[in-house]
Amino acid sequence: MAPRDPVIVGIADAALVDGKVEGGASALQIQARVAKAALDEAGLGIGDVDGLLVTGAWGLPRPGHTPALQMAEYLGLRPRFSDTTNAGGSSFEMHVAHAALAIQAGYCEVALILYGSTQRSERSRSLGGRPTLFSLQYEVPWGLPTPLGSYAMAAHRHTHEYGTTSEQLAEIAVAARDWARLNPAAMMREPLEVKDVLASPMIADPLHRLDCCLVTDGGGAIVMTSADRARDLRTAPVRVIGYGESLSHVTIGAMEDLGWLHMAAEAGGRAFAMAGVKPEDVDVAEIYDSFTITVLMSLEALGFCGRGEGGAFVSEGRIAPGGALALNTNGGGLSYAHPGMYGIFLVIEAVRQLRGEAGERQVADAKLALAHGTGGTLSSAATCILARE
Amino acid sequence: MPEKPLPEIDADSAPFWRGTMERRLMLPFCTGCGRPHFPPRALCPHCHGDGLEWKRASGEGTIYTYTIARRGAGPAFEDEAPYVVALIDLAEGVRMMSNVITDDFEKIAIGAPVRVVFERAADKVTLPKFELAGEG
Repeated sequence: MAPRDPVIVGIADAALVDGKVEGGASALQIQARVAKAALDEAGLGIGDVDGLLVTGAWGLPRPGHTPALQMAEYLGLRPRFSDTTNAGGSSFEMHVAHAALAIQAGYCEVALILYGSTQRSERSRSLGGRPTLFSLQYEVPWGLPTPLGSYAMAAHRHTHEYGTTSEQLAEIAVAARDWARLNPAAMMREPLEVKDVLASPMIADPLHRLDCCLVTDGGGAIVMTSADRARDLRTAPVRVIGYGESLSHVTIGAMEDLGWLHMAAEAGGRAFAMAGVKPEDVDVAEIYDSFTITVLMSLEALGFCGRGEGGAFVSEGRIAPGGALALNTNGGGLSYAHPGMYGIFLVIEAVRQLRGEAGERQVADAKLALAHGTGGTLSSAATCILARE
Repeated sequence: MPEKPLPEIDADSAPFWRGTMERRLMLPFCTGCGRPHFPPRALCPHCHGDGLEWKRASGEGTIYTYTIARRGAGPAFEDEAPYVVALIDLAEGVRMMSNVITDDFEKIAIGAPVRVVFERAADKVTLPKFELAGEG
């Protein structure tokens, strides 16, 4: 490793009980506690942080509109680098990339990436109630349940073009549950079968309730620094060897091809090229699962299978524990937790796997991991490729 | 029940919503490359030219994809569910979200031909919706 190569040296996520943070903690408290925990494990303190990357849906319209200012004040920091990129749930894969660039350039040395949400405790998640400004004036008046309805439209298109079935989509939810059953921190750990997914109420055709992610609270933190600085720290550094991002639209009507995730293909292609690896080299894949269809289409676009082959690829236990591809090993947004924006947890689980700290769900000798986020309504994608030293 | 959300009309969208008030589906066409686009913008998204001219669209199209909302998008739509929300590919070559009004969801399919109908939503707002061609 070169001295300035970017590495992840600290991770932490908030403990949840029935999907909620204990004690009615605020979004700021959650973030402060995970920040301290992630820095602690590396042997760093809050005062070492000189780069702050944060976004979320708390404190809106203000002070969450300027989240780095709020968190800098709350943590008593004066960072020299900040990034509040918000492209939906994929933002945190972008933050890892941007922190890597800043560290490599010597623009900052210790970067802290933060997320917190109390959406389950506040019961703030709903399918409607959006403003009708700008592009949304052509979407909200038709009563599109969001983001669900947009993903359902993509699922219909995929079904139409490739014959993808509800059973195949259900396989993704079942595999996620099987992984969650190995993760004591997962919210949903009861056994689940394909027929249960199909028997759950249809919410927005063709997606059933159990095709949809959970609604939970949550908090996560990631600490990054240079390989040089990491030598004095307590944790085994995880290298960030490739990254890429792509974004395109805010409303689903502007997406040209709903049967193919262009953004995922671009982001993933760039990340694989930078890292000099291929999908078949990946030991553990953490792929955003807002809905089952998100995973299926991401697998195709990232090159784990061909276009239109996602349905067959996820069948027959291939992505369940013991299958050919270890996918969403913590149970994912479908069965572990999904606090509004899930992207930070993809990276956290990838790091746990690479460090060998994943307990019963540990993938043997995991050396190379992929974390791939999707944001908005299939609006953005960002990929990180991580490697054990 | 809360009122349904209405478009917040702005400088880009005013000609479109003025058109629907007159029961005409209007689209911006680029005077440079000649192509239409939607939603309306200050620059053509194809060639980034800034000359726009509004023309009446045929109101005919096909369903590109759709969903059936089994639960309304928030309280304002609760009583209406289930209903169809679709992306319509208009004959002119632009894509537009709307509802397809039907009593028979079995007839809703990707590729099905549809045509525009106009529904008064408020004093100053008429919404373009669609029905299956051959019905109504």
